[in-house]
Amino acid sequence: MNPRHPDPAWRGRVTATVIALVLLWPMLVSSEFKPWLLLDAQSLEATWHFLAGFFPPAHSREFLTLMLEATWQTIAIATAGLALALLGAIPLTLLATQSLSISHLESGRMRIAGVAVRQAARWLLVLLRSVPELVWALLLVRIVGLGPTAGVLAIALTYSGMLGKVYAEILESSETHASEALLQNGSSRLAALFYGALPAAASELVSYTTYRWECAIRGSVVMGFVGAGGIGQRMDESMKMLAGAEVSTMLIIFVLLVASADLVSSFLRKRLG
Amino acid sequence: MRRPVPPPIIQPATLALLLGLLALICASFYTLDLKWGELFTADAARSSLEFLQGFAPPEAAAPFLLRIVAGAMETLSMSALGTGIAFVIGLALAVPASGRLGGSARAVVRLALNVLRSIPELVWAVILLIAAGLGPFAGTLALAVHTTGVLGRLFADALENLPPACESTLRINGASALGAFFYAALPQISPQLMSYTLYRWENNIRAAAVLGVVGAGGLGQMLKYHLSLFQMQQAASVIIAMLLMIVVVDGVSFRLRRRLTGN
Repeated sequence: MNPRHPDPAWRGRVTATVIALVLLWPMLVSSEFKPWLLLDAQSLEATWHFLAGFFPPAHSREFLTLMLEATWQTIAIATAGLALALLGAIPLTLLATQSLSISHLESGRMRIAGVAVRQAARWLLVLLRSVPELVWALLLVRIVGLGPTAGVLAIALTYSGMLGKVYAEILESSETHASEALLQNGSSRLAALFYGALPAAASELVSYTTYRWECAIRGSVVMGFVGAGGIGQRMDESMKMLAGAEVSTMLIIFVLLVASADLVSSFLRKRLG
Repeated sequence: MRRPVPPPIIQPATLALLLGLLALICASFYTLDLKWGELFTADAARSSLEFLQGFAPPEAAAPFLLRIVAGAMETLSMSALGTGIAFVIGLALAVPASGRLGGSARAVVRLALNVLRSIPELVWAVILLIAAGLGPFAGTLALAVHTTGVLGRLFADALENLPPACESTLRINGASALGAFFYAALPQISPQLMSYTLYRWENNIRAAAVLGVVGAGGLGQMLKYHLSLFQMQQAASVIIAMLLMIVVVDGVSFRLRRRLTGN
């Protein structure tokens, strides 16, 4: 071994570094990575002006009332959206779940029609959740106009896709003996779901739903930036006026909101799970 | 003989909780002033249909497709660079956040990481637009800032949960603190570091696709641009490209994960 190189793997490490640097170059070009722009006098001044406004945060009574309303709107958009998403996700789950198929039980194979419906439901779920919620919101704002309706619908569409997929996975991976026994003895699919599949998977389903509620709150803030109501829309307006004090209040509210959603959802998971 | 009382079907506390949730849902719908009426009239249906028909057929001219490919490359580069920067800074911050430099440093750094983490990429992008200007650079920084919060916290947890035997053996035998960290602690947690980072990268590709909606580069910026000019056919192609990218990333990561975990 070369005494100047105590590291026996140095060849591999050097090669890997060189390859990484060669790959890095086109990426830096394509994403216009120019950190020195940050130190440009003009941009430094604009940033400084904006940040100097952060302290003290805006705290006049009417502004705080406005914020309270906007925060409630954000929570309400997330909650209403998730409630609608459940309405869409549950029937789609029933269609997509394989272990609730009767024809699958009888012969080990599903009927062609069953397969077709199940695949169609799965593709619908994939389509719903693969379009990002922000894009749904952007499109819906153009159909239903600015305001919370677009946000609620966007959350309902995206999250019914996510919930439907994960619910189906949970139901298929949990214990299926009970529901199989019920189906084989002639129970209906709905009864097999309620008395066989659901009790076995309930706590997992509940904890995933509360986790998604937490995500929906974050999502509903973000969707405000395309005009779907709530605290995000207010933040967008304040940013356009470069009102640092208002933005700093909103950021504080936002961090607190996310932290408390986190707390509430872990409490719910413990309580219901 | 007294028959035992059957347990209640539902605990009173749980029942109260469920009723509370129901009340929250009702209050949400009641206060939101949703315009269902406008959504479900014949007039609204016609205008939505017209809006949707505007999307067909998606623009498929070769120069436009090339621009979409460039946009997709930009999105991928933003996500890769953002994740890379976050990996380096996150690892550096994970050392104090795991309590190796004292309890007060741990508390301060953890708080900072929590703040970075709880503000989403898009909000960071809007704020960073002021310093970095319109374009993919602001988006890259936004991804880096948010991901630093996420990865820093995960890395710190990994360092804290590490069994200390290897590192202390090196220290006892006279290795420096840095040497012990690089040759004992880091190799031990590196599989975890890799899997967390890849997972975040996957998330960041999805996030980078939409960051442009506020002007921070990538496919999202193209989408916003064509939508605001009412060029629906171009917008449709961009949305299809986004969908394809997300589906491909999902598929690749699913396959990879299955290969790596071995089932």
